[in-house]
Amino acid sequence: MNPVLQSWALLTGRYLRQLYRQPAVIGITLTQPVIWLLLFGALFKKVAELPGFGGGSYITYLTPGVVIMTALFSSSWTGMSFIEDMDTGVMDRFLTAPVPRGALIAASLAYQGVTTIVQSAIIIAIGWGIGAGFPGGAAGVAALIGVSVLISLAMAGLSDGFALLVPQREALIGVSTMLVLPLTFLSGAFLSLRLVPGWIAGIARFNPVNWAASAGRVAVGGHPPWGTIGSYAGFLALALVATAAMSTWAFRVGEQ
Amino acid sequence: MNDVKGDGAVSGAVEAGELRKSYRSRAGEVRALDGLTFSVAPGSVFALLGPNGAGKTTAVRILTTLSRPDAGRAAVAGIDVLAHPGRVRQVIGVVSQHSGTVGLLTGQENLALQGRLYGVPPRELKRRVAELLDQFGLAEAARRQASTYSGGMRRRLDVATALVHRPAVLFLDEPTTGLDPEGRAELWAVLTRRCAESGTTVLVTTHYLDEADKFAARVAITDRGRIVAEGTPDQLKAQLQGDSVLLELGDAGQVELAEKALARVPQVRQATAEGAVVRARVADGPRALPAVLAGLETDGIGVLSVTVARPSLDDVYLHHAGRSFRQAEGSTAA
Repeated sequence: MNPVLQSWALLTGRYLRQLYRQPAVIGITLTQPVIWLLLFGALFKKVAELPGFGGGSYITYLTPGVVIMTALFSSSWTGMSFIEDMDTGVMDRFLTAPVPRGALIAASLAYQGVTTIVQSAIIIAIGWGIGAGFPGGAAGVAALIGVSVLISLAMAGLSDGFALLVPQREALIGVSTMLVLPLTFLSGAFLSLRLVPGWIAGIARFNPVNWAASAGRVAVGGHPPWGTIGSYAGFLALALVATAAMSTWAFRVGEQ
Repeated sequence: MNDVKGDGAVSGAVEAGELRKSYRSRAGEVRALDGLTFSVAPGSVFALLGPNGAGKTTAVRILTTLSRPDAGRAAVAGIDVLAHPGRVRQVIGVVSQHSGTVGLLTGQENLALQGRLYGVPPRELKRRVAELLDQFGLAEAARRQASTYSGGMRRRLDVATALVHRPAVLFLDEPTTGLDPEGRAELWAVLTRRCAESGTTVLVTTHYLDEADKFAARVAITDRGRIVAEGTPDQLKAQLQGDSVLLELGDAGQVELAEKALARVPQVRQATAEGAVVRARVADGPRALPAVLAGLETDGIGVLSVTVARPSLDDVYLHHAGRSFRQAEGSTAA
């Protein structure tokens, strides 16, 4: 096997095995999205009655938004594993082994990708259970999960890179919180952009979280516009490549 | 010492040539390495001995490709570290000050992961893992998560992990820090046996003088980023050509007075103090003792106890660095 792929597979396996040994983490990973969906669903129930929402069910509107938000939240912590590995000397051991730096990033992203797929599927299933409609069918649901993985990996790359540059837990917590909430609320994740102030809608056009939320929402709606979804996915993929490259580069800074 | 040639050809398993490295910190620029130069013969155990802050860890990080020097040359197993870090990584094993093994994985899994990262074939790997677990006394704990190991066991696992891929050169950065004397002895016993069998070159940093004395074929004493003395432990001790007379004073306030009094005794070459203990360096301890005691008595300095000591590496360090090891540790402890 190609050495990059081999290292990548081994390191991803290591993350998954660690997760398997931490039932509490699994529990939190699985319940967190449920709480988001039920909480926001109850809180904003009447929102769908506002003009401009088209009078649809709010849970139908909300479910893709919660999928994207959860992907963003959980991926913003990805760098924590790197900080943990740096503190325990594990990172130095990998860095002194013939392991390509890119494989370390790719393994971290792959692990986050698996988490996001599982979390997104849970939210979609529960959303469906409490009345969300998915007229886009299986292809639409798959596309929603696909864009949730893309935004999650783009964020994970950013988180890994930041952790390598500033290996402090508090700093990562601070920057995650500072990024994730504004990125979520400057998007159409919870409210139709037709209802928000013009400047927010303006910023949202350049916000990758909004690209993911918009693409995910139209994908599960009736008659998905696949061209639009494809171009959003393309932009998200570019964002992902950029943050993954940035975090791979961040290893060099540590060598100084 | 001058094995690092200008054309890059090297003869030692590890070569450091005029390594320089400075860090910027809040306190200003810290010069971690200031022309560090040494050479390690293949198959030998070489100790970099020095207090915290002497630059040992920085040197190891550069030689193991984790950091780049500001200037100087470095080669491991004949490979230029700065030009070919990837090739160096194939042939080294590293045990850092921190564990380096994954707590949530079992001992066996840690070893297997390491071997597979180096591409050791599965059947061969299985054999090596079993052998290492056995040699390092971890066979019974093999299926337990490393986080449940005692300090000594965990450190043995760290070292075993660094050996799975049969490195030509093993780097250990203060491997025994935090272990009790029994744990230190166990780790050294298995390490030296294993590396002697396989012909592995070992570069170890330590601030335990007794370890360097006992286990290293050669010792380089580092102070403030330079090598201040190098040789076999016996050579280093022989350079001193003399004994120490350690005098514990009844009154610590008389220490300076005692130093002055001893300076007047012809047999005493050097007198230094640490706490209430004054150390007089003499050619022959037992013979000089009466004169030393008489010299103190003349000035009315009371002595609680007297010890005559053959030279130790601590004395060597004192001689070359101009301060005792413990004082140097104290001055750099952050």
